[in-house]
Amino acid sequence: MAFRLRFIPDDTKFPFMGFRAVSFPASALLSVLTVIVFFAIGVNFGIDFKGGTLVELQAKGAQANISQVREKSNALGFGSVEVAEFGSPRELLLRLELQTAPTTAEQEKAQQNVVTKLRETFGNDYEFRRVEVVGPRVSGELVQNGTIGVIVGIIGVLIYLCFRFEWQFAIGAVIATLHDIVLTIGFFVVMQLTFDMTSLAVILTILGYSLNDTVVVYDRIREMLRKYKKLQLYEVIDIAINSTLSRTVITATTTFLAMLAMAIFGGEVLRSFSLAMLFGIVIGTYSSIFIAAPILIYLGLKTGGGDPAKDDKPEAGAPKAAAARAKA
Amino acid sequence: MMRISRIKSILIILASLLGCLLAVPSLMPETTRKAVFGSLPAWVPQKAVSLGLDLQGGAHVLLEIDKPDLIRSMNTQLRDDVRRVMREERVALQGGIAMQPRGVQFRIPQADDRARALPKLRLLAQPAGQQLFGPTGTQTIDLVEAPDGQITMTYSDLGLNERIRRVGQQTIEVIEKRINIDGTKEPSIQRQGLDRILVQVPGLTDPQQLKERLGRTAKLQFRFVAEAGAADTEQMRNRDSGQLVAVERSVIVEGEDLIDAQASFDQRTGQPIVNFRFNIRGSQRFGDATTRGVGRQLAIVLDNEVISAPVVQTPITGGSGQISGQFSVEQVNSLSLLLRAGALPAKLAIIEERTVGAGLGADSIRAGLLASYLAMALVAVFMIVTYGFFGVVAVIAVTINVFMLLGLLAVIGATLTLPGIAGIVLTVGMAVDANVLIYERVREEARMGRSAISALDAGFERALSTIVDANLTTLIAAIVLFFLGSGPVRGFAVTLSLGILTTVFTAFTLSRLMIATWYRWRRPSKVVI
Repeated sequence: MAFRLRFIPDDTKFPFMGFRAVSFPASALLSVLTVIVFFAIGVNFGIDFKGGTLVELQAKGAQANISQVREKSNALGFGSVEVAEFGSPRELLLRLELQTAPTTAEQEKAQQNVVTKLRETFGNDYEFRRVEVVGPRVSGELVQNGTIGVIVGIIGVLIYLCFRFEWQFAIGAVIATLHDIVLTIGFFVVMQLTFDMTSLAVILTILGYSLNDTVVVYDRIREMLRKYKKLQLYEVIDIAINSTLSRTVITATTTFLAMLAMAIFGGEVLRSFSLAMLFGIVIGTYSSIFIAAPILIYLGLKTGGGDPAKDDKPEAGAPKAAAARAKA
Repeated sequence: MMRISRIKSILIILASLLGCLLAVPSLMPETTRKAVFGSLPAWVPQKAVSLGLDLQGGAHVLLEIDKPDLIRSMNTQLRDDVRRVMREERVALQGGIAMQPRGVQFRIPQADDRARALPKLRLLAQPAGQQLFGPTGTQTIDLVEAPDGQITMTYSDLGLNERIRRVGQQTIEVIEKRINIDGTKEPSIQRQGLDRILVQVPGLTDPQQLKERLGRTAKLQFRFVAEAGAADTEQMRNRDSGQLVAVERSVIVEGEDLIDAQASFDQRTGQPIVNFRFNIRGSQRFGDATTRGVGRQLAIVLDNEVISAPVVQTPITGGSGQISGQFSVEQVNSLSLLLRAGALPAKLAIIEERTVGAGLGADSIRAGLLASYLAMALVAVFMIVTYGFFGVVAVIAVTINVFMLLGLLAVIGATLTLPGIAGIVLTVGMAVDANVLIYERVREEARMGRSAISALDAGFERALSTIVDANLTTLIAAIVLFFLGSGPVRGFAVTLSLGILTTVFTAFTLSRLMIATWYRWRRPSKVVI
């Protein structure tokens, strides 16, 4: 029990709220940039969302012949085929666009034809490790369901937080979470990671993680508000964030380490999932401190009031240091 | 918070043990599992977490009932029914029967004709939606009569949906027969929504044959080729020659009257053929028709294509016959299989297909497991470095947490997918967070000068309310994910939700019990954390 690391000193007094003059414009700028790249570059939607065919091939020999596969698959006449190495020189990933046809039914037939032809062409030299064909009907619904999922999820959380906290907290948490979702989408665009069904799971997980983190900070702000009724709101928030800082850092670090293992060793299929999660952990932690907390000030959360007798009289055994600091 | 009654302690330990025991089957390779659990009584839980198709390899095909085609055939049927009523009641129509998008329209100019025909026409409609909610007052077909004698019959939404539901049920039955004929794989066939059917076959890596089996309607009909000048005929393509043939609309016998179909070879030519046998009704009709029609051409129609049109030499009354055409051995095999399983009640479209080879699945498991072990090791080292003895307690709690999660997944029969593994790793992160919240709080309370017991008490109590709030918000998001996601995402949501539950459970009970026990044993006056 002798050796213990303290990552964060016990009595930190970072004036976090002073950063809001920086963090708000910075986050706003990043959000605007996301919107711009979203429209300028566009999300690299996977076939789950735009339909099409995805095939992962593994060479039966020692190495895949990427140029030959590219040439042969493009010659099949199914539009341009995107061929890329996937994880190792033996594996290739082929992506084909949704086939065009006058009716949905014909489109689906054409899609099936693509797979048949590909198997005929490459079946001898390559093993088909993965084949995914998504038709036009399914992909449209996925976009819709995904969006509905995020919205319903946020509304559910909003309602729950309204019950447990004051409304300013609920709004603040939702804004911080939306901020994280927007920036994560921006991350997907900038890194050109494929956005598929699993990415939707990432977004919702980040939503969960970010909320979790925000609620921990909020919980403490609420507690400190009851304790120090005469202090300015920003002072109370600073005390709350500083007292949860050690937890915030340790949790973010452990989760980050766990996801880092996933990103490095979890295999190619989970790569974009874990990369986005890593980003989400960082951004979720940042937003709890620099967005969710200071926004309470702008939302006009009231301090003190109520019971003047208890004003600033710390509870039995409460930290004298903290009280002294607060009064200073 | 640090006083836990003996009964509670025992319950906590039992619950944790049980959770871990449930995970045991999942941790064994299949062969070991069979050897160990095969000898145990049946009440011992021996279910292992089933692996998703992305981990064990297999084919996933999502089918959708072709609605326009179904409506078209419903319309045709309605038109034939109306025509029959008109014939039976000797009613003359003005003009023909016009097809509407979802029904038919025709005109009966004479008022007394209308009076006779309408009650009969109304009989064609049935009350809709009765099974679930009692009579709804809605009919499967709405009948509207205009003053000038124009009658419009339209399928109502309820009527259409009910039909789709029924067709879906029949489709599943037929698909089951078609796939289970091999008897080797364990396919799962599930309804998804109103008009979709998901077929999953573990271990199948080339679903070409499966898709062919699922995609064919296999509707077999015997009709006469129309004689010159005959009315009520339709043009059909001949499968071999590609030429159009005029065929009578009336059907002699259909595939549903078949009781058997076998692939065989023609004894004279050696060509692959399908031998079939009719049931009593089928053989009677077939016998009658071939007696009447000696010398005529009989068209054997499969999915609106004439596959052969032999001339009837003698009446065929024995109830059996053969289908010949230019078939390969493979084709007659699959045709006889399809005929045995029966025709699909409607066309199906393949709208999604996902296949994962066994190799990729195994690689994914290997990578996923390696990453999970590493993640846990990293987290364990970090926690022990940070919290010392308490870190060890946290690692034990988190490990048991993961076992319990696996056990729960096995018990509810959940499927572990690749994103599910990521969900477990995330659970590790969250479970650690619960412990961190507790320890940091205890640390703070101790720093205020509280005694060990008071710091532990206050620390646990305050941290637990935070843990509940934080985890409940995440749980809400996970539940929404479950209801709106599909496939792998659902698996992820299940893992995450259960992970949150086990996390809150272990934080409330196990971590507390371990620390309380330690406190009773050491009785420290101060907590060093």
